Amino acid sequence: MKEFVMVYRSELMGEIKLTAEGNMVVSKEWENWMGGIAAQNKLVSPGMRLGNEGRVIKPGNVVTNGPYAEIKEIIGGLSIFKADSIEEATEWAKTCPILNAGGNVEIRDIIQVNG
Amino acid sequence: MQEKELIPYLYRTEFRKITAVLCRLFGIEHITIAEDIVGDTFLLAAETWGLKGIPANPAAWLYVVAKNKARDFLKRNTIFNEKVSPEVQYSAGESHEIEVDLSPTNINDSQLQMMFAICYPGIPPESQIGLSLRILCSFSIDEIADAFLTNKETINKRLYRAKEKLKQDKVKIEMPSGSEISDRIETVLTTLYLLFNEGYYSASRNTVLTKDLCLEAMRLTHMLTENKNTDKPEVNALLALMCFHASRFEARIDKNGELILYEDQDISLWNKELIKQGECYLNRAAKGDLISRYHLEAAIAYWHTAERDSPEKWEKVLSLYNRLLMVEYSPIAALNRTYALAKVYGNKAAIIEAEKLGLDHSHLYHILLGELYATVDTQKAIRHFTAASKLTKTSADRNVIRKKIDKLKK
Repeated sequence: MKEFVMVYRSELMGEIKLTAEGNMVVSKEWENWMGGIAAQNKLVSPGMRLGNEGRVIKPGNVVTNGPYAEIKEIIGGLSIFKADSIEEATEWAKTCPILNAGGNVEIRDIIQVNG
Repeated sequence: MQEKELIPYLYRTEFRKITAVLCRLFGIEHITIAEDIVGDTFLLAAETWGLKGIPANPAAWLYVVAKNKARDFLKRNTIFNEKVSPEVQYSAGESHEIEVDLSPTNINDSQLQMMFAICYPGIPPESQIGLSLRILCSFSIDEIADAFLTNKETINKRLYRAKEKLKQDKVKIEMPSGSEISDRIETVLTTLYLLFNEGYYSASRNTVLTKDLCLEAMRLTHMLTENKNTDKPEVNALLALMCFHASRFEARIDKNGELILYEDQDISLWNKELIKQGECYLNRAAKGDLISRYHLEAAIAYWHTAERDSPEKWEKVLSLYNRLLMVEYSPIAALNRTYALAKVYGNKAAIIEAEKLGLDHSHLYHILLGELYATVDTQKAIRHFTAASKLTKTSADRNVIRKKIDKLKK
């Protein structure tokens, strides 16, 4: 079984709802989606959600505001799964809630680095 | 209390106390000697009390005899010079009188320290549970064998190997330091959790014994909440979980010792007092920002003590199982999540998810699919229940499954 990272991209999120403890409120949709994959013992790490604050650093001491590289889309978070093939992971990604919000998912295989 | 009942009663309550104190005094390499000394003390009690009658304070009598035997052993044995800590030697040096401290404080400290020593990751979990039952819960080897559905020889071998390993690795009987506690307590909690489950889900027909396992697990967890160093949120969460489960003791077994499923239980038999205690520990567990698997499991158990089948209940339970699975996968959590999913989104949606679980070898998987298909496709339901019946190991389970098949065939 190989490990894959799913990178969730979408346009800038509106205000992010936080709980009293400062954690992001996860929607039922997301929870059910990820829970369904976790129930197959295929979730390696739920990973992390990323906020709206960011900087982009380029050569020559160029620092720009905002998490965007070039386009309006930002990375909203990422998680790690294990799957027999990228096709299996692709099937899961097709039901990812981010698609309903106009976003997209990128799947990449993970290469282990020595040491 | 008559002598006949008194000695087993005292054995249960006092054996573990004296043994823990002696283990701590002698060091980890002499657990067996500590057990033997306390065992001999009880033998002598049985003989003497039978002839001369029960002493005014039986527990104190046991303490005096055990102390003398411990002192004799230490004097006779070179371990006093070689192994016993210099502080003990020093305090005992002047009068050549060795102090065997059986005060409540020292008993309590010794038991806590033994808990950390026994729950040592270097020995397998079943050995940790076995040793805990013996040293911390005063179980006899026969009782442990009965609880594990095995024989005395197997348990003796298992405990022997575990003690040898503790000796080899020179495990210290001491309280871990503040920074170490968080790591070490995880192993302790896992063992207590398994000990409780061993009782709660045991296939043993001895219902008194299996209930005792649960109560002992609760007692030990409670001890951890009473000490300020170990009174952690996750400890309280585990105790809450145990209280919620234990609240159904009376409702889950019928008078023939057969299991009554959750949906069929008489709610009036649920123990309200234990549910209230569970809620109290769950509140105490809410301190800090760590959400352990015990927090999630306790919250799930909490919702199971609430009124049945409200939409809110199953949505919460589903959400908690989702989160639990993200923290740690287990087949049972995957199956329960799917059951909750059926309650919220219907059986058809749940069947699709269930068939992806890849748990065909588990009888519980087939029971779940049998339940889900019951209202969708009777033939498939019967097929799954039949598969479950072939896979299960206990006759209690087979009985429950047979009843389900009979109902479908009607």
